[in-house]
Amino acid sequence: MKKAFWLGLLLLAGFGMDRAEGKVQLIIESWRNDDLKVWRDTIIPAFTKKHPDIEIVFSPTAPTEYNAVLDAKLKAGTAGDLIACRPFDKSLDIFNAGQIVALNDLPGMENFSKFALAAWSTDDGKTSFAVPMASVIHGFLYNKAIFKQLGLTVPKTEKEFLAVLDKIKANGKYIPLVIGTKDQWESATMGYQNIGPTLWEGETGRKGLIDGTAQYNKGGFLAAFEALAKWRPYLAPGYQALAYPDSQNLFVQGRGAIYPAGSWDIGVFRQMNPKLDLGAFKPYSFDDKSQIVVNDHPDIALGLNAASKNKEAARTFLAWVATPEFEQLYANALPGFFPLLKGDYTLSDPVAQEFASWRKDNPTSFRSSYQILSRNANPNNENDLWNACAQVLNGTMTPQQAADFVQKNLASWYKPQQAR
Amino acid sequence: MRRFRTHILVFLAPAVIIYTAFMIYPLCDSLWLSLNNKTAFGQIFVGIENYLTLFRLDKWANPFWNALRNNTIFFVIHMVAQNPIGLLLAALLARRVRGSSIYRTIIFTPTILSVVIVGFIWKLILNPAWGISRSLLASIGLAGLDNPWLGLESTALVTLSLISVWQNIGIPMMLFLAALVRIPEDLMEAARVDGASPWTIFWRIQFPLILPTVGVVAVLTFVGNFNAFELIYATQGALAGPNFASDILGTFFFRTFFGYQLQPADPYMGATVAGVMLLIILTGVLIYLFGWQRRLQHIQY
Repeated sequence: MKKAFWLGLLLLAGFGMDRAEGKVQLIIESWRNDDLKVWRDTIIPAFTKKHPDIEIVFSPTAPTEYNAVLDAKLKAGTAGDLIACRPFDKSLDIFNAGQIVALNDLPGMENFSKFALAAWSTDDGKTSFAVPMASVIHGFLYNKAIFKQLGLTVPKTEKEFLAVLDKIKANGKYIPLVIGTKDQWESATMGYQNIGPTLWEGETGRKGLIDGTAQYNKGGFLAAFEALAKWRPYLAPGYQALAYPDSQNLFVQGRGAIYPAGSWDIGVFRQMNPKLDLGAFKPYSFDDKSQIVVNDHPDIALGLNAASKNKEAARTFLAWVATPEFEQLYANALPGFFPLLKGDYTLSDPVAQEFASWRKDNPTSFRSSYQILSRNANPNNENDLWNACAQVLNGTMTPQQAADFVQKNLASWYKPQQAR
Repeated sequence: MRRFRTHILVFLAPAVIIYTAFMIYPLCDSLWLSLNNKTAFGQIFVGIENYLTLFRLDKWANPFWNALRNNTIFFVIHMVAQNPIGLLLAALLARRVRGSSIYRTIIFTPTILSVVIVGFIWKLILNPAWGISRSLLASIGLAGLDNPWLGLESTALVTLSLISVWQNIGIPMMLFLAALVRIPEDLMEAARVDGASPWTIFWRIQFPLILPTVGVVAVLTFVGNFNAFELIYATQGALAGPNFASDILGTFFFRTFFGYQLQPADPYMGATVAGVMLLIILTGVLIYLFGWQRRLQHIQY
């Protein structure tokens, strides 16, 4: 017992010595506690092989507590050197407070598209303050075995999509479309924002909302509510009370055929049921919109703490994060998270590779409510979309009512929408 | 002149200090927050303007009245279901049936379970995909009656209220039982000798004697219900769906004060909602104190 204690002390002393040899230590704050193993086994060793003088410590917090914990640590001056940044306003706030620094001059930043940087830039797009790490992509996952059994082919247009759903429904054995409305966000995120960008022509529509030239109750944004309403007849019995984990389980157990997805589900499904024969198809096109737009949503980036004592080392690490090497490592370790750096990537997971191919061949955009429009607490655009989309699927609101409701609430506080 | 009794201060101090530090100070601080608001120049005192906003502006007033209405329904369901059934159970258990202590324990068990567990269990029971409610109803030929109870605007709030009743029924039962067993047996025996039925004995002797407890239970229910939050949050999430059909003051406060998802937090309006909640609860308790408790006759057995 006593021996073990002395041994422990000796080990501790050893660690202390190690640090004293002039190694610089960098601490990374993040909400991705699921990724602890990936960082420890893959990413950090790859970096330290090149830079043995820098020691990286990945120190994540639970996702739901991250914002509060980070805020407290930044205020107290105890936050790590590198800060994982959520997209848009949450990070813009800490940048405006001077807690993270501008990174425009970091080598490698020029290799990201304006679009990828938008989530971590000031409203005018001139200053960027975090290195984009990964995005998530929306589309549909399907059960290949069921498709084979029923002799179905992957749908490309809305007509084909609805025809496939009709066939699955007629067979009666499987739930055609697995999505519940109880948690509300899936209806908006995996429904509306999944098929919608095609209808509102991606960036044209999204930016139109911001400068006031497009409205939620007109054109593509209204059409997207109407397209969403067509899903209603194909949902599981009692879908109004099915939560997100319920849908995941129904699909993974093979009880449903098609699952409107976020790419992060790929990794989750692979773990839940490795035997599931998973396939993917991209958001479908419409009669009057043949060019699809893929929702490629920026999800995570890395910023530099303004109070860091090791800024030089931190910049070295950030510059490495902005290289294809890092992006490739990260994307392969976490199927469903995709590099934001321009370039070609080969992903080992075939379904992830399928998702990645869509954005290479099609224009991309991201969720309409994330930039600027959800800045107001009440009414809040994102919350309104959740509610309206869930109600459209529940049949308690018509698409027109839903669109009018969201538009009215947005126009109630957002100046560019008021003059119209 | 009498000597000042220092020991009184010493004995009072721990309670006063702890209560002040952890209850009175935060309460006053929260009320103060509700009288301020954020402007471009920082936090400034705005008087009761936040309260006027809450009642006058549609975007605040609509969700507020919705939450208050839902909260009232939540409370009424507890008053008509939880407390009478609790009283009935207590009256039955007071008759010293065989194994009454086992029943008592079983009925009280849900009360000591964590709300999160209760919410989770009921979410599973009522789940349309894996729940047992569908197969239970199907086994008696009523499968058509099954509904996604927690997912419909018309049923979500009532379902949640009944779950809460199921969980908390042990509390009124215990309080009523404690009051009932205190009534001396001689009174009931005398009534029985006079030929009174158990029904008459209950309404003419037992019930009037436990009236003070009825009041206490009512006020505890009132305070508990208008403070409720956890069950709705655990089962429906902070958005208290569908379409805010199960939104009560607690969840409305939570979203406003802490924010939700992309919705930024608004501590000033949040504190205002909390201030109104305090006012509602205070009013209810005062009505109880002056309208009910003062009129009670206390009987010494």
